Amino acid sequence: MAEEKKGFFRRLVAGLTKTRDSIVSGFDSIFSGYSSIDDDFYDEIEEILVMGDIGITATTSIIDNLKEKVKEQHIRKPSECKELLIQSIKDQMDVGDTDYEFENRRSVVLVVGVNGVGKTTSIGKLAGMLRDEGKRVILAAADTFRAAAGEQLTEWADRAGVEIIGGQEGSDPASVVYDAINAAKARSADILLIDTAGRLHNKKNLMNELGKINRIIDREYPEAYRETLVVLDGTTGQNALAQAREFEEVTNVTGIILTKLDGTAKGGIAVAIHSELGIPVKYIGVGEKIDDLQKFNADEFVNALFDVKTEGKDE
Amino acid sequence: MAFESLSDKLQNIFKNLRRKGRLTEADVKAALREVRLALLEADVSFKVVKSFMKSVQEKAIGADVMNGLNPGQMVIKIVNDELVSLMGSETTELALKPAGEITVIMMMGLQGAGKTTTAAKLAGKLKSKGRRPLLAACDIYRPAAIRQLQVNGEKQGVEVFERGTSVKPPQIAQEAVAYAKEKGYNVVLLDTAGRLQIDENMMEELQEIRRVVDVDQAILVVDAMTGQDAVNVAAAFEEKIGIDGVILTKLDGDTRGGAALSIKATCGRPILYAGMGEKLDDLEQFYPDRMASRILGMGDVMSLIEKAQANLDESRAKEMEQKIRKASFSFDDYLDSMEQMKKMGGMSSILSMMPGMNNSQISQLEGQIDESQTKRIEAIILSMTPQERANPDLLNMSRKQRIAKGAGVDIAEVNKLVKQFDQARKMMKQLGGSLKGKKGKRFGLKLPFGGF
Repeated sequence: MAEEKKGFFRRLVAGLTKTRDSIVSGFDSIFSGYSSIDDDFYDEIEEILVMGDIGITATTSIIDNLKEKVKEQHIRKPSECKELLIQSIKDQMDVGDTDYEFENRRSVVLVVGVNGVGKTTSIGKLAGMLRDEGKRVILAAADTFRAAAGEQLTEWADRAGVEIIGGQEGSDPASVVYDAINAAKARSADILLIDTAGRLHNKKNLMNELGKINRIIDREYPEAYRETLVVLDGTTGQNALAQAREFEEVTNVTGIILTKLDGTAKGGIAVAIHSELGIPVKYIGVGEKIDDLQKFNADEFVNALFDVKTEGKDE
Repeated sequence: MAFESLSDKLQNIFKNLRRKGRLTEADVKAALREVRLALLEADVSFKVVKSFMKSVQEKAIGADVMNGLNPGQMVIKIVNDELVSLMGSETTELALKPAGEITVIMMMGLQGAGKTTTAAKLAGKLKSKGRRPLLAACDIYRPAAIRQLQVNGEKQGVEVFERGTSVKPPQIAQEAVAYAKEKGYNVVLLDTAGRLQIDENMMEELQEIRRVVDVDQAILVVDAMTGQDAVNVAAAFEEKIGIDGVILTKLDGDTRGGAALSIKATCGRPILYAGMGEKLDDLEQFYPDRMASRILGMGDVMSLIEKAQANLDESRAKEMEQKIRKASFSFDDYLDSMEQMKKMGGMSSILSMMPGMNNSQISQLEGQIDESQTKRIEAIILSMTPQERANPDLLNMSRKQRIAKGAGVDIAEVNKLVKQFDQARKMMKQLGGSLKGKKGKRFGLKLPFGGF
């Protein structure tokens, strides 16, 4: 367990090193550079949080919260303030115990998101991960819109060693889903992963199409455990919040896959989403290889973002 | 309220400013505080916002604002001027060599920015301008990337040069240019793989491409929804590869597009085009000054007017205006106007450019203007005889029944259409009167939008 944890942690840290270098060095200097907690001190915290894409709204509420606690607990030292800040963000990001229940059930996982966030790649990685856990997985290529999306997913299916059900480009995605459900039943698959076309969340017709897919699953496969994951690009700014919200309106979103955290993006939007919508981040993508999808761990995520004294720094 | 767009927000702020006759320094500060929050919420880089606020404040809290007759307008002007100067005030065309030489364009950017789609769109655009473009598939990493380029290239009628996934991208680029020379193509578009700007090996690959072929335009493709990271991306690509121009994608979403400001401020390179949709011809010229005024909530009126001018036959528009005035508007004209609107990118595209429209209003209206209903209306009208279309008063019960059958709709729908059409005609009669007096103060497109 300790080994596994370290592996995960190192990978996460490796992915987030750049992030941490800027955020953490920033934090280091404010926490040590200030002898008292004053407005300048808070301004600098604001700057660092905003630059981490946490967003001005969430940042403001985090800081208000912090100020209140500082007052309540008569805190004078900036370093104690740091502990408080980290704790409050951790509290917000906490993931529940039942969040990965779908992995143990006969389930349908619908994966949605706007264009270019890494849906197909994430599904490929997720399929590989579940396959390694000994699950029988079927992929449904319901992105019949983007050119060659089906072929891209087929490539991933081959890499993961799982079966894939597809349709012609331009065919009705709902019919692909219908076929895939029948295949999943016939082969008693544990998990059916459905890839959908990228859609901008403000395009009404495409969002309605999602509703149709949902109805088909409900009607044809009511006994299945439902999981709906929204894939969000970690480099996206505040719009990710709008995306999560809009998808939440048409489907019952149960979790988030946050991708592309291996760059310089801070992924701070996850904090804002969790605090505003209460949707937990369940997986993060930290690279392009098939095993570069990790279960989200709030503690480690926040530590990796803030803690200066981790092994990552020494490497 | 957290989801108001930047233009909505600024509009609200300035609405309050306008209401006051005179401004105190505190008012200016309060307004600018809101501007700052709005910009940050729009994902404009923190550093860019900081310097922006500084220069605006310097100009706003000066004698000019306090002494001006209309202080609110003054603040708007200062903020707008600063935004425009930050965005760059001129439209920049993609620089191409003379038709006798080969221009090499390299598309680059992060994963998922939309390079492949944009490369094909750009190729189609250049082709329609009389160039002979060749697409080169240099993304050998992402599964099926070559296939995606081939499919999109085919839709544009542009040939795709590919060497499979085992030849290195610099060599593919070289061979593509040689192939272009041989076949008489004069633009080569290199579709490179998405890469992180901190991935040294992948960045070296781009440098290598630049070394082995003479890249005239290195185009950074950026997702308009990018957050604070936009600055890091632009800075790294500028430093390591060099950027000649930028294309912003996914601007048809509801993103506030702060990345546009950040990128411009960071690398100083012009934004050439904006990706406005999923269809292949949705790549539009980017107008920095209009983007700035759009951000300030004045609507993208200029774009709308230009679009209308390009697509509307002027004489037909005049004819239509005459008809509206006389209320001799027929179903034929209605069909015609629907056609014109389609050319302009459909109702929602038009709405998004109107001043004072915010996103929630647009989506509300979009709900009412179901595009499939437009198709049904079209079917109904097309099922009428020419006589019936020209003279709607002819329509009796049996004619309506025949039309309903022909269009494959319920007769109730035909009735509804005829009724609404009558109302619209009546409205036009009234409108016709008022049109004579005022010239379209806001936007003088004389088309019957309403009703359905």
